[in-house]
Amino acid sequence: MIGLSIVKRKPLPTRFKVILPVAAIVVTILIGSIPILLAGGNLLKAYSSLLHGALGTRFNFLETLVKASPLILTGLSVSFAFRARFWNIGAEGQLFAGAIVATAVGVYGTWLPPALVLPACVVLGFLAGGIWAAIPAFLKTKLKVDDVVTTLLMNYIMIHIMGFLLYGPMQAAGSSWPRSEPIMEAAHYPTLLAHTRLHVGLVFAIVLALAIWFINTRTVLGYSAKCVGTNIQAAYFNGINTDMTILKTALISGGLAGLAGVGEVCAIHYHLLMDISPGYGYTGIVIAMLGNLHPIGVVLSAFFFSCIAIGSQTMSRMTGIPVYIEGVIEGIALMVMLVALLFMEYRIRWTRK
Amino acid sequence: MTTDFISPAFISGILSATLRMSTPIMLATLGEIITERGGVLNLGIEGIMLFGAASGFLTTLATGNLWLGVFVAALCGIALAMLMSFLAVTLGLSQHVSGLGITIFASGLAMFIYRKAVGSPMIPPTVKPFTPLSIPYLSHIPFVGDIFFKQYLLTYITWALIPIVSIFLFRTRIGLRVRTVGQNPFAADTVGVNVNLTRAFCLAIGGAFFGVAGAFLTLAHQNMFLIDVVGGRGWIAIAMTIFGNWNPLSGCLGAMMFGFLDALQLRLQIVGVKLPTHLFLMIPYLMTVVALVGVSRKATVPAGLLKPYRREEKGG
Amino acid sequence: MDRHPVIEMIDITKRFGDVTASSEVCFSLFPNEICALLGENGAGKTTLMNILFGYYSCDSGEIRIDGKAVRLSSPKDAIAHGISMIHQHFTLVPSQSVLENVMIGVEGGFFLDKKKAKQRLLAIEAQFGLDLDPDAMVFTLPIGQQQKLEILKALYREAKILIMDEPTAVLAPIETKELFTTLKVLVEHGRSVVFISHKLHEVMEISDRILVLRGGRNVAERRKPETTIAELASLMVGRELLERLDCTGGEAGKTVLQVDRLRVRNAKGLVALDEFSLDLKEREIIGIAGVTGNGQTELSDVLFGIARPEAGTIVIDGKPVATGSPISMIEAGMARIPEDRITTGVCMDLSVMDNLVLRDHDKRPFSSMGLIHGRKIRSYAMERVRQFQVKTDGIDVAIKSLSGGNVQKVILARELAGEPKIIIACKPTRGLDVGAMETVHQTMLRQKERGAGILLVSDDLDEVFLLSDRVIVLYEGRIMGEMSAKSLDRDRIGLWMSGVAS
Repeated sequence: MIGLSIVKRKPLPTRFKVILPVAAIVVTILIGSIPILLAGGNLLKAYSSLLHGALGTRFNFLETLVKASPLILTGLSVSFAFRARFWNIGAEGQLFAGAIVATAVGVYGTWLPPALVLPACVVLGFLAGGIWAAIPAFLKTKLKVDDVVTTLLMNYIMIHIMGFLLYGPMQAAGSSWPRSEPIMEAAHYPTLLAHTRLHVGLVFAIVLALAIWFINTRTVLGYSAKCVGTNIQAAYFNGINTDMTILKTALISGGLAGLAGVGEVCAIHYHLLMDISPGYGYTGIVIAMLGNLHPIGVVLSAFFFSCIAIGSQTMSRMTGIPVYIEGVIEGIALMVMLVALLFMEYRIRWTRK
Repeated sequence: MTTDFISPAFISGILSATLRMSTPIMLATLGEIITERGGVLNLGIEGIMLFGAASGFLTTLATGNLWLGVFVAALCGIALAMLMSFLAVTLGLSQHVSGLGITIFASGLAMFIYRKAVGSPMIPPTVKPFTPLSIPYLSHIPFVGDIFFKQYLLTYITWALIPIVSIFLFRTRIGLRVRTVGQNPFAADTVGVNVNLTRAFCLAIGGAFFGVAGAFLTLAHQNMFLIDVVGGRGWIAIAMTIFGNWNPLSGCLGAMMFGFLDALQLRLQIVGVKLPTHLFLMIPYLMTVVALVGVSRKATVPAGLLKPYRREEKGG
Repeated sequence: MDRHPVIEMIDITKRFGDVTASSEVCFSLFPNEICALLGENGAGKTTLMNILFGYYSCDSGEIRIDGKAVRLSSPKDAIAHGISMIHQHFTLVPSQSVLENVMIGVEGGFFLDKKKAKQRLLAIEAQFGLDLDPDAMVFTLPIGQQQKLEILKALYREAKILIMDEPTAVLAPIETKELFTTLKVLVEHGRSVVFISHKLHEVMEISDRILVLRGGRNVAERRKPETTIAELASLMVGRELLERLDCTGGEAGKTVLQVDRLRVRNAKGLVALDEFSLDLKEREIIGIAGVTGNGQTELSDVLFGIARPEAGTIVIDGKPVATGSPISMIEAGMARIPEDRITTGVCMDLSVMDNLVLRDHDKRPFSSMGLIHGRKIRSYAMERVRQFQVKTDGIDVAIKSLSGGNVQKVILARELAGEPKIIIACKPTRGLDVGAMETVHQTMLRQKERGAGILLVSDDLDEVFLLSDRVIVLYEGRIMGEMSAKSLDRDRIGLWMSGVAS
């Protein structure tokens, strides 16, 4: 009987940290071909239509960029949290929190001077997401409640809060759909390119990625978070305030996801609806891992998944492959990346018994 | 209208619905208890349940055979659990992230195969679902009979599984090995128990339970497949495992609490109580969080949970 | 008498990555004997026996049992051949009963037959004079009893050969005597025992034959009547053992640490330390001796600031300090060397540089206003690595690639920065080879000369005697006695450690 065992090896040099995600993407595309083939698709046609749909025309390319914006933000949110071992599965709910608050400001903030409306949406949306993440963080640090379960349950609680609002107080007058009034013009994100959907949110997201990079490498919080995420006992022993570190991490993480929600309302839909997010919070997890929890990795990884998301719609139209292939590829990418990370430190040894 | 609350029919209706609707959660909880007792946290439940729901439904749609659908769902659950086992046990990868990967993959695959098989018709296809089984004589007992003895066969099986899983864990040889592997894998290894094989076994049983739980949702509870048919019940099962302190009976009681709240909000809506639907839908999740807070102080986690077991690591 | 070995290990070689743990080692065991495997930490004793037990596989070499070559690819194979190993870290499940711990792996039928197993267990207990209640929960048992349970596990599996890895590390002198009695009973009943140890007194007392390993290789083999402790010591270490180091330092100065009537409860709510008071002065080393589990961990946890006492005060330099807060101890000028390097001392996955500033990264000069000064940290780290001669491939490598001794050097380099007034060191040389041990000891003596007051908590009596000016013995959470170095009476200390007042 052939078995395998995992054996420690000499750690690979750091440049492999960049090669690994690329290798993972290649393997993912290979494995992702299997469901496509089984669904009766022509591989060449499938992937070429995906590429074309993502990058083939100016319009497509811009759509891909537009979609990358919320993905960068949720990816940053999750990676920032995971780095400190705060298992934030609740980015989806934090996104909704930000979206709700941004809508509230954008619809009912008519008493504010117009120049302050958009900043208010952004700041309050950030805070809303941050608070929604801080609650499970508080439960984790003070009451030892598992963060995976609480952040998840908070997603469902927030969905229902949103449902309550959209079928109730925030519902657009005279509509039977769960949809809010449109937000005012002053709350719209400025567009970068006239007559396109490319908006300033993308630049904002990339700037935030650089900011997170700065926090990770140059600030005390970033250093503490790294220590807490590596070995919380040693961090505590050496005087790091682990509770505050986790709380601050959660606030920032939730805030970033909240900003994704703000962007969806203020730049794409201009009002709040139940379908404001097609699972960006969960995709953020995959993006974070594929980016190896590094902000620049997250940006690139977000762009990759944006291509998949946009491209798969074209692929679906042209080949009949269901658009859900996107979720399949996401799952495969996550698992492949995990296995790839293993090879940084371990080798597989085949044993014969 | 208020008198409708306290009528026997209303109460027996709620309690009967509670037992019915908690079946998939109870099954999933039992599966996760076995898995975690062996030392593995399987966050893939939600995805495996969805895949079980889809595969079971499609099988029944194609063959007309309900039990075949359940069987296929169980097999698919085992297959996905084996994938989890490869990642988290054999390779020793992070259990958290492996499980999330399985959920994302299995969910996507479930929707993919459903859409490929069924397309997007105006009216989604349905199957003729399971019918509740009235147990002769017992189901005629007034009030009690309506609640307990007019349930699906799958529900009765789930109830029977509670003592079976307990006996399995605490009175059998394999159960002792599972518990030891979960508490101190080194201890198990040194007496010749194959730690990884035992964990894979636990995952497989869990996977089978998750698949069947998903199939229940499309073959009994409803009779069609919708994207949100699982609706977070997989995560609830994980919460109930903690809430029940890894004990089959208390875990299932917790699942029933959730089912009760779920049934209650549905009934109150039907009866016409003017309360916002969504606030009610929120209550079960809120109560679960509160329950977890209350329980987390005393929780006795299996000591070996979340740690991959590797032998050739010089350190010690 | 014509004796054939029951076990032969021939030319065993084992590598872990780059490190060669065993190199062409030969070992044999005869029936009805106690054979000691002697060597310091890192000599390869445990690795060799783990190979015999099937837990590790060897890269080359042969194992013969009763003259026949065998392949042992897992503990299951070894157990089938009658070999059982009792590791340093117990293989027990505290939350299960004695019976369940014994039964695991050899349960019999599909359903657990606890009655039959209990009968068999009680019969074995009677045969070998071991007395344990089968229904007792393991976490309620004292360590000596837990070890007996491990032996019972082996006997229950009809072990002919028992391998014991440093069994006396956690035992009081009285329990050690009981263990030796048990081992002699085992030999009378036809069993053989391999006794892994680095404690010369015990090895001379209990074994018939002694095999010395050093650096993963065979060094010598002796029969007990033919050798002495002194010879074994030099074989083990390769040179003379250190004499007590008398350093120049002058008299003890003013009191730097005052501990007054500490009472601490452990995780189970029982009082683990009571009426503990201590005055530590500049330029003195106080050694806290005692068998592990008598309150030392609770004492050090409170002094480290990671646990809160139920009663009592701690005063540093005349000012009372808040308990239960690592920061307050750090700010009071205390250097802390924790017992478990890997879990509490360092973040294994982070770099050497990151670990060097783990404690002080949020203070000047390493950071200000929340921003980290990378260059200052880098130059500081390189300087400390040089000063403490840490063997590493640069300061950016992950600290887990360093040897135990070098990890400890990093911890010392970190903690001793800033000339601390007080140093609390817990088992600072645990798991280190002799060279690293010496470095740690030299460092501590230099700190003493500089003027620090050092509290050394250790279960290694040789180390305690080597370094301390005063020795305090803890037994069951109370001070049994205090002795000055000048009038050191090893036997009396041993009695105190066993709870015998004198």
